Amino acid sequence: MSLRNKAFVAGAWEHPTRNAPDVSTPELHAQCAVGALADAGLTLKDVDGYFCAGDAPGFGAISMVDYLGVDPRHFDSTEMGGCTYIAHVTRAAHAIAAGRCSVALVTMAGRPRNEPFRGGRPSAPEGGFENWIGGAMPGSYGLAAARHMHEYGTTSEQLAWIKVAASHHAQHNPHALLRDVVSVEDVLAARRIAGPLGLLDCCVVTDGGGALVLVSPEVAKSLNRPLVTVSGGGEAIKGPRGGAGLDLTTTAAARSGPAAFAEAGCAPADIQYASVYDSFTITVLLQLEDLGFCAKGAGGKFVADGGLISGQGHLPFNTDGGGLCSNHPSNRGGMTKVIEAVRQLRGEAHPAVQVPDCSLALATGIGGSLGQRHAAATVIMERVG
Amino acid sequence: MSEKTLPKPPETNPESAPFWAAASEGTLLVGHCNACGLPHYYPRHHCPSCGSADVEWRAAKGTGEIYTFVNVARGPNGPFTMAYVTLDEGVNMITHIVDADPAALAIGQRVMLRFAPTDGGAPYPTFTPA
Repeated sequence: MSLRNKAFVAGAWEHPTRNAPDVSTPELHAQCAVGALADAGLTLKDVDGYFCAGDAPGFGAISMVDYLGVDPRHFDSTEMGGCTYIAHVTRAAHAIAAGRCSVALVTMAGRPRNEPFRGGRPSAPEGGFENWIGGAMPGSYGLAAARHMHEYGTTSEQLAWIKVAASHHAQHNPHALLRDVVSVEDVLAARRIAGPLGLLDCCVVTDGGGALVLVSPEVAKSLNRPLVTVSGGGEAIKGPRGGAGLDLTTTAAARSGPAAFAEAGCAPADIQYASVYDSFTITVLLQLEDLGFCAKGAGGKFVADGGLISGQGHLPFNTDGGGLCSNHPSNRGGMTKVIEAVRQLRGEAHPAVQVPDCSLALATGIGGSLGQRHAAATVIMERVG
Repeated sequence: MSEKTLPKPPETNPESAPFWAAASEGTLLVGHCNACGLPHYYPRHHCPSCGSADVEWRAAKGTGEIYTFVNVARGPNGPFTMAYVTLDEGVNMITHIVDADPAALAIGQRVMLRFAPTDGGAPYPTFTPA
């Protein structure tokens, strides 16, 4: 079954805040929900499908549904870290195509700068063996970077170009946390955090959030919004699974990407704009290889010398400035990845970075610790009207 | 010069308890499947390669080589090195490299097991240059 034209992204809204001491996290979800619904020309009463992830306060979708006042006949509180919202686009599209809902609301929000993350799930099986290691995300992602540099000769200069490109885009985004254009030298001179990763190889920490509204063809026809359809999606999990044959140079995107391309019936060369999860510079490089934008090991060359800068490189990426420069709300960047891809497809990105006649775009993300275990989700969207 | 604080003892559960008991005796256990013959780490009561319950935990030789590592600038006791080590048994484990000059470490370097004490519990399996 082809997914194309069975569901449309009608609403997409990113909260302008990057620091939110005076609202609660549920309030941020509600503001994003209302923002995305208004963008679509709909209200909370129209919602019959609800999607959230691990950032949603309370018990799965139950607390948020009750708080928001929506009444879904289909809901999903899947958790796969920062890329969950990318997977939710595909899941919502399939749910709509199957007739399980016709107005799907996806929300995410958090306030890491003001509210410490509260865990609360039972101990993971790997817990005792790994929780003592430390290093947090930079350590985990640094391990992958070090191995890629060893196997393929990738350099810190090449990784630095990823941040440089994001900064070129962020300068045009009035809401971006970091708006200064940086140079490769700036990135290399920044304080070292873990192995080859320095401060500027790491994404920002921001409060904020975003939301999406996906609708059925019937509802889409009644709205005055560009028609952005979901044509394909994929998701995968990768981890040591017992520890033999460890390969930190390939991510789960090597499976989520091909699955998305197969469902959409297109190839990397067809993609005009890509939102690529940028928790760290190395994250971007590995996903570009794994999605097939370049060969495994060739990521360094692909991103160097402005390869990702809109209007001058091979592949415009993260034209809002991404997580590296603009926003990575609640330490989860998947929602903002989808939102910028939707902006590009609608022709609503900043003119300095808008891809001309952008009709085919991709958003891809990673959730979890690349160096230990993680998920990947990829979604392909098209402008069809 | 400030005292280094010992790390908290490991979280244990009914499945992992024998691993940590062996660690207290100076032994690193690796899972081995009698059905498919493949090793696994961290050890479980089922084989993650084939699903069999015919698994035994065997003492590792304690030698291996560095697969990847990073020197982390800030930790609870100052800078430290985290790494994956590929044991000679063929499995990889995430660990720390201790009692070493971080600037002299290299991927592929041979290392050997050296347990690191915790505050009142089983020690952690760490490695040092061989």
